[in-house]
Amino acid sequence: MKPYGYFPGCSLRGTGAGYEYSLLALFRVLDLPVEEIQDWNCCGATSYMSIDEESAFVLSARNLALAQKAGCKDLLAPCSACYLVLRKTQDYVARYPKIGSHVQESLRAAGLPPLNGVRVRHPLEVLYSDVGLERIRSRVVRPWRGGRVACYYGCQLVRPYDEVDRAHNPTRMDELLAAIGAPTVDYPLKTLCCGGALTGTMHPIGVRMNYILLKEAVRKGAQAVVTVCPLCQYNLDAHQAEIRRKTGTTIDMPVFFFTQLLGWALGADPESLGLKRAISGRKSIAQWFAKESAEADAYV
Amino acid sequence: MLRTLKYQREADPEWARQVSERPGCEGLFSCLQCGACSGSCPLSIYMDLTPRRVIALVREGFRRDALSSMTIWLCASCYSCAANCPRQIHVTDLMYSLKREAIRSRLYPPRLPAPILAQEFYAMVRKHGRNSEFWLVLRMALRSNPLLLLTMLRNGWDLVRTGRLSLRRERIHGTSELVALSGAGPRPGRAEA
Ligand code: SF4
Ligand code: SF4
Repeated sequence: MKPYGYFPGCSLRGTGAGYEYSLLALFRVLDLPVEEIQDWNCCGATSYMSIDEESAFVLSARNLALAQKAGCKDLLAPCSACYLVLRKTQDYVARYPKIGSHVQESLRAAGLPPLNGVRVRHPLEVLYSDVGLERIRSRVVRPWRGGRVACYYGCQLVRPYDEVDRAHNPTRMDELLAAIGAPTVDYPLKTLCCGGALTGTMHPIGVRMNYILLKEAVRKGAQAVVTVCPLCQYNLDAHQAEIRRKTGTTIDMPVFFFTQLLGWALGADPESLGLKRAISGRKSIAQWFAKESAEADAYV
Repeated sequence: MLRTLKYQREADPEWARQVSERPGCEGLFSCLQCGACSGSCPLSIYMDLTPRRVIALVREGFRRDALSSMTIWLCASCYSCAANCPRQIHVTDLMYSLKREAIRSRLYPPRLPAPILAQEFYAMVRKHGRNSEFWLVLRMALRSNPLLLLTMLRNGWDLVRTGRLSLRRERIHGTSELVALSGAGPRPGRAEA
């Protein structure tokens, strides 16, 4: 089987390391080969686009060209921002001749091949379409024994491109988690923005956005939130202590990557899932992921 | 909220026309002013002007009002407006385009963190090809409001404790390729200069 090209993005090498560990562990137990794109660069995220649009597309196109050079058909982009930027680059290169010729010309000047249709994919959709619910269900070795979860999709993964899941009411993560026996709650805010970089630039407003999402998850009976994006995970995980101080609530719940739950259920080594990186809800994590309690202490 | 009267002579319709030629902004003049963008925008309650009002100002050509509004810096690029607009106007792209123009024309409060973050990010990635989260946030705080570092310290400790804070300066090998890439073609962004 041809390996999936893999574009980790900057976050998975920093605050989102737990996502990379669990993603690779999960793909290993599913026997899906993954090959990292050599010398990939930053996708540009939202900031680059705020300074210079044309060179933002060129920057992101370099990654697509590198993937092509490596012979990839599919390029995995686990971070929602990376996924969107790569996808948008392809779309705008095709839709706007001016952007298209600038990008292709720049690639040629740098000795890179012109863009011609690598498929940019998110692991959520790969697991849903290429692996399928049936196969996931049949591979479960550790049915979920943890709490009820709210599946949170965030914004850029489902908008404006709805190829990973439906834009207004995505359900694929819910279906995948149901397949491993995890009870999911109805979570109407599932595509509301987490605040993104606002937690850094306009901190009080960003944290308020995090609070709205967490509070609603609690109200719907969830004991954890599950995410598909390193920035969503970081925002909801890292600001709970501050939210408790500011609002007087007692919210302290785990915020997972969906690959951590799936990896656990399909038998990946718990040590390889990056669970130690969690900031909030560590008690619940210790309980839920334990075979015996002694083992629990070892990896939380 | 303070309302100021607008006079037609302050408007610059030519600018509005130029904006409507930017990628994603083509639908500017077909906006219904329905407010679906504002209604679905999770940040609109914190904005001085809702997205719908920004569009109204832009298409009349009130350049300065649109560019100096806080709205563009509160926009988190969540694409909710774009997904909900009945005229398929890419409001997010319009916001991006206003951010670029505001930065270029220095029409933002000098120590506002959002445009500073964008500039630092751009400089870092242009030079090294990757973003190193810690150094980026540090540079942003130093240039905007060093007191931010104090509030960040608490969260920073959690990141250290869980091994999520990396002090490494990330960079790619092919930085010369980046130079070659950016050297090609005309200087980017001139259409909005
Ligand atoms: S949703 Fe679209 S048509 Fe309605 S006000 Fe906003 S931009 Fe205009
Ligand atoms: S992209 Fe910006 S303006 Fe549009 S809904 Fe999101 S935050 Fe609001």
